[in-house]
Amino acid sequence: MSIRVQNIVKRFGNFVALDDVTLDFPQGQLVGLLGPSGCGKTTLLRIIAGLESADGGQVFLDGEDASTAHVRERQVGFVFQHYALFRHMTVFDNIAFGLRVKPRKQRPNAETLRRRVHELLELVQMDSLATRYPNQLSGGQRQRVALARALAVEPRVLLLDEPFGALDAKVRKELRRWLRQLHETLHITSIFVTHDQEEALEVSDQVVLMNHGRVEQIGAPAQVYEQPATPFVYGFLGAVNLFHGRVHDNQLHVGADRLPLADNGFPADAEALGFVRPHELEIDPDPLGKEGITARVARVLALGATARVELTGANGQSVRHYEVELPRERAAALQLSVGQSVRLKSARIRLFAPEPQPAGRTLLPEGSLIGVDGEGI
Amino acid sequence: MAVTVATRWTAHSRRFEASAATREPAWVKGILIVVALAFFSLFLLLPLVTVFAEALRRGWEVYLAALVEPDALSAITLTLLVAVIAVPLNLVFGVAAAWAITKFDFPGKQLLTTLIDLPFSVSPVIAGLIFVLVFGAQGWFGPWLIENNIKIIFAVPGLVLATVFVTFPFVARELIPLMQAQGREEEEAAVVLGAPGWKTFWYVTLPNIKWGLIYGVILCNARAMGEFGAVSVVSGHIRGLTNTMPLHVEILYNEYQFAAAFAVASLLALLALVTLVIKSFVEWRGRQAMNAGQEL
Repeated sequence: MSIRVQNIVKRFGNFVALDDVTLDFPQGQLVGLLGPSGCGKTTLLRIIAGLESADGGQVFLDGEDASTAHVRERQVGFVFQHYALFRHMTVFDNIAFGLRVKPRKQRPNAETLRRRVHELLELVQMDSLATRYPNQLSGGQRQRVALARALAVEPRVLLLDEPFGALDAKVRKELRRWLRQLHETLHITSIFVTHDQEEALEVSDQVVLMNHGRVEQIGAPAQVYEQPATPFVYGFLGAVNLFHGRVHDNQLHVGADRLPLADNGFPADAEALGFVRPHELEIDPDPLGKEGITARVARVLALGATARVELTGANGQSVRHYEVELPRERAAALQLSVGQSVRLKSARIRLFAPEPQPAGRTLLPEGSLIGVDGEGI
Repeated sequence: MAVTVATRWTAHSRRFEASAATREPAWVKGILIVVALAFFSLFLLLPLVTVFAEALRRGWEVYLAALVEPDALSAITLTLLVAVIAVPLNLVFGVAAAWAITKFDFPGKQLLTTLIDLPFSVSPVIAGLIFVLVFGAQGWFGPWLIENNIKIIFAVPGLVLATVFVTFPFVARELIPLMQAQGREEEEAAVVLGAPGWKTFWYVTLPNIKWGLIYGVILCNARAMGEFGAVSVVSGHIRGLTNTMPLHVEILYNEYQFAAAFAVASLLALLALVTLVIKSFVEWRGRQAMNAGQEL
């Protein structure tokens, strides 16, 4: 079943959780709603389920306006971050619950019910634990039970709210792969909410990036990673180096340094933000070259096939940090030593015009930002 | 909740006691224990023993006679009747109030939460007086009630009303923190799975609050049977008709029938002891349920 949300607005007091969001979730796809906490992704999911009501806009399920339909009538499966299993019921009873509370006419008989629950238990690989209580299960097992319980009523859509958020890293990774496989078998239209970019990119068919109640970008995982549409997306999906400067003669002037640019539509002297991923930066060991950003090597980490070089900007008053990823052999060939002056270059700089930011909003999520170059233009 | 807090702290306090670094000197412990025991004996144990000793001072026959005497029997029956009506009412009110406060957001929620405590903060005598002023012969509804030949004050309905008022907070007070701690997620899950409201309540909410609810009901019942002040105002002390056990004890005592007064009082004391036993059992069961929940 396809889902469409149209012009959804939701406020909590003065806080705008969702600001005119319109999205299409096509039939049979697994879509990841990705964004930092407080970006409105969970609220949107709860509005689709009917657990929260929107202040404006509509929700269409299968083309039908379901905005005013009761949660019970929407036939959605919902998986909660903290499982929300019925703590006084066994695994079997938890999964059977949705079938048992159906109106008498639609309720399956005892035998059908037993068979159906065991099918689901097998699907989530929990058949041997049917008589256990939720508190006797591990987090990963609980979430699998929660998923089986949601699937028992044959929902038209599956909504997962940070399904692996409360699990440790190893189990997360395992369940992520398992969820993807499950989706391939069931092909039920699914939306899952996460703040973990790796998770979203790995599991989803489509990723929707949200920030401050707005949709920043929609696209396939590779597409949003390779071609981020906004500075926010650039920063949120992986590490990035930021150069703040002015465009002049096909060069980005950052302080006294210059970075050569490819053709760009920027007018002369326009202020611009240059984004470069760590693996797209090159290190020129000659500090006296004419091009590139001067920086000093702070640390070299050679782990596995790639080496990571952390550098400190040597120009301007504020301290800037950069990060470069390069093949291990290349790093060895450069013979970098701590404290050495080098120049950073890149053939692939993505330029954005700096947007005026409303007070209180940060341009990029914290922690993803390596290079900050605000002053000294 | 008392149950929760107790379990959380036992493990910690045990370690705290065992470690030499945090242990207090033995004499501090000794003095505290002696003070507590002395206080307990003087103010709790002694009165309890006195009640039974005085009741049985003139032998079993006198004791039993005082209990089977018609006025005493009628007081016992009336007390049971009032409790049988008031406790279920407050069970329903308490669950409804706790449900409304913890599962929904509505304007005036804070006010309702505060109002629930009102019976605890108001003197029981005032509570009784409120009902006299509203339903009494000179009260707001007095003339209408007389016209329609309905008796509330100085009759059983008045006793029930006063008891309901005084015992209102017990169930709600017990449930609100428990339900707040449990959150709404399980109910949300049930509704998404298609469960109608009453099935959600019956199969999901009720089993989760079971022990807290029983605990609240026991306390509510103990107070309903033992209530004196509010009931005294609306009762009118009509022997054999509107006298509950606590009121009957007072009348007997004022008439210098000490043995009989203490005999009836001993019944109330027994009730208190039974309540304590059941309460401890419920706490123990509740704690077991909690421990099961903490296994992993």
